[in-house]
Amino acid sequence: MQNIPARTLDDLLVLEDKRMVDFIQQLINGLQIGSIYALVALGYTMVYGIVKLINFAHGDVIMIGSYVAITTIPLLAAFGAPSWLCIIASVLFCAFLGFMIEAVAYRPLRNAPRLCSIITAIGMSLFLENLAMLVFSPNPRPVPRIFSTKPIMVGGIQFTFNTLLTIIVSVSLMVAIQFFVKNSKTGRAMRAVSEDFGAAKLMGINVNRTISLTFAIGSGLAAFGSVFYSSTYPLVEPMMGSMLGLKAFIAAVLGGIGIIPGAIIGGLIMGVAESLTKAYINSQLADAVVFGILIVVLLVKPSGILGKNTKEKV
Amino acid sequence: MTKKTLKSYAVNLIAVMLLYGTMVYLSESGVLSRYYSGILVLVCINIMLAVSLNLTTGCLGQIALGHAGFMSIGAYTAALFTKWLDLSGAAGYLGYFGGLILGGLLAAVFGFIIGLPALRLKGDYLAIITLGFGEIIRAIIENMQFTGGAQGLRSIEQFSTLPVASGICIISVGLLTALMRSRHGRAILSIREDDIASEAAGINNTYYRTMAFTIAAFFAGVAGGVYAHYIGILGAKNFNFSKSVEIIIIVVLGGLGSFTGSIVAAILLTILPELLRDFENYRMLVYSIALILIMIFKPSGIFGRYEFSLTRAITYWVDVFKGKRKPFAALRSRNNKETED
Repeated sequence: MQNIPARTLDDLLVLEDKRMVDFIQQLINGLQIGSIYALVALGYTMVYGIVKLINFAHGDVIMIGSYVAITTIPLLAAFGAPSWLCIIASVLFCAFLGFMIEAVAYRPLRNAPRLCSIITAIGMSLFLENLAMLVFSPNPRPVPRIFSTKPIMVGGIQFTFNTLLTIIVSVSLMVAIQFFVKNSKTGRAMRAVSEDFGAAKLMGINVNRTISLTFAIGSGLAAFGSVFYSSTYPLVEPMMGSMLGLKAFIAAVLGGIGIIPGAIIGGLIMGVAESLTKAYINSQLADAVVFGILIVVLLVKPSGILGKNTKEKV
Repeated sequence: MTKKTLKSYAVNLIAVMLLYGTMVYLSESGVLSRYYSGILVLVCINIMLAVSLNLTTGCLGQIALGHAGFMSIGAYTAALFTKWLDLSGAAGYLGYFGGLILGGLLAAVFGFIIGLPALRLKGDYLAIITLGFGEIIRAIIENMQFTGGAQGLRSIEQFSTLPVASGICIISVGLLTALMRSRHGRAILSIREDDIASEAAGINNTYYRTMAFTIAAFFAGVAGGVYAHYIGILGAKNFNFSKSVEIIIIVVLGGLGSFTGSIVAAILLTILPELLRDFENYRMLVYSIALILIMIFKPSGIFGRYEFSLTRAITYWVDVFKGKRKPFAALRSRNNKETED
């Protein structure tokens, strides 16, 4: 434990103090990373809900989003614009990327066996990772400061502006998405397609457009997640998306895949569990704990916390 | 046992012994340099991994993303066992084989523990749970003292020479082929085709699923043991998600459900990167594009579900020489049939 070099803010805090304040601190850190997971999990859950596909490439969209952010920040600085505007470039690019991924790789396989789509998704994920490795080199790159990291003290508990912003923006986005899916016409179309693909088509819903839009929205949310993530852990590397994506996917499964509030609950639980493991057990074992949670959930209630059991039909 | 099957066994046994003899000759006579025989050992290891994964992914139809996890269990168990024995020479080899079996068995136990509950879940969930399991194993190995932790396990005696590795590979592939030709194998195939129908036909799905999964884990563990004693240094990083994906690529390229395909693809995908060293940076990029293109244009891979049979090939060419058949006519019609499916 002593030999582990303190790499991130979390690790530093772990080494510094070990009291009740620390516990609340860890809880807040957990909520911060958890809300990032929840944002990414929303993308997974929407895509899974609509096309029944684990979009393994979703994690790598986050990585691309971070790279877009760090390439646009110097440009913004040159024009004298504030660096947080990079979030717009990142979201737009990722939304387009999500749309392209669906159009190029997943659309031709829409009626193929499930196995084929999963393998294609893995292929897409590998493609993005290796492309990033060639374009940006495998070495990690530092992220310039995006949001102010000035600490705000409330009763001995330390907040940063970054933490507050992450939690607030994520929660608002989640509420907005939930509202959009529940109340808008397009949202209704999404739910219809996820309910019954063929019937939705017969009702005059443009299935292809709805699916493309779902991918674009999911990837856009991932881009928000990526900018918040890189402002918290300011290193970008080609492989950063795979672990983050997996954890977000687990969050989606934990809450009940295909269910939007489930993704949010799952994301927050995952974030808190990870943060507490890092603080009180072993920072190296955090990943194992996270996957352990997944396995327990799948064995006890495979449909997730908010999921409903569906009977298998012949 | 009919005369025909006896004859077929004899032919295959002779062919296998010839193949093995060639391997032994190639390595003992020094025709192959150390470098080339090393590549062949890697080919053998990849064949074992691919064929065993093909049992779950191709024959059982369940995608498993944690094959590297089973491989790592086998690798560490075997390596720790031989290091603990610390023997050399003939006794060392005995210990090595013991270590391989032990590693395979431990991997099988883990396969059983994971497989029994996890296989109730299907498709995507199984993929994720196996993936999670692989990552847990990796994290645990990295944090344990006796596995060498993040520094890895060093100075493992290099028992896996070409004759040994190729022998183990041939035996493993032979056993797996025999399994798939038996009624157990047909039961496994029936689950892939339609699990509800096979359950209705009286096949115990859970039993066969778990069996296939456990056996695949066993052979992955053995392959891991061979790998450990070839490479000499083990690190948990060698067994990450990318390793599992690499094995999947081999299986998919060769054809899901075709052991022949897995063998050919394993040979291709092990030797090609060695030949194209300058190309190294682009290797995974090309793999990933290939994976997507195969799935879109030819999801059955190179061989589909075709299995090479030596006896069939011999009778076929004998018929061709006698003028009873036109060469390759059957192959063409078989390909047509496959595309119709």
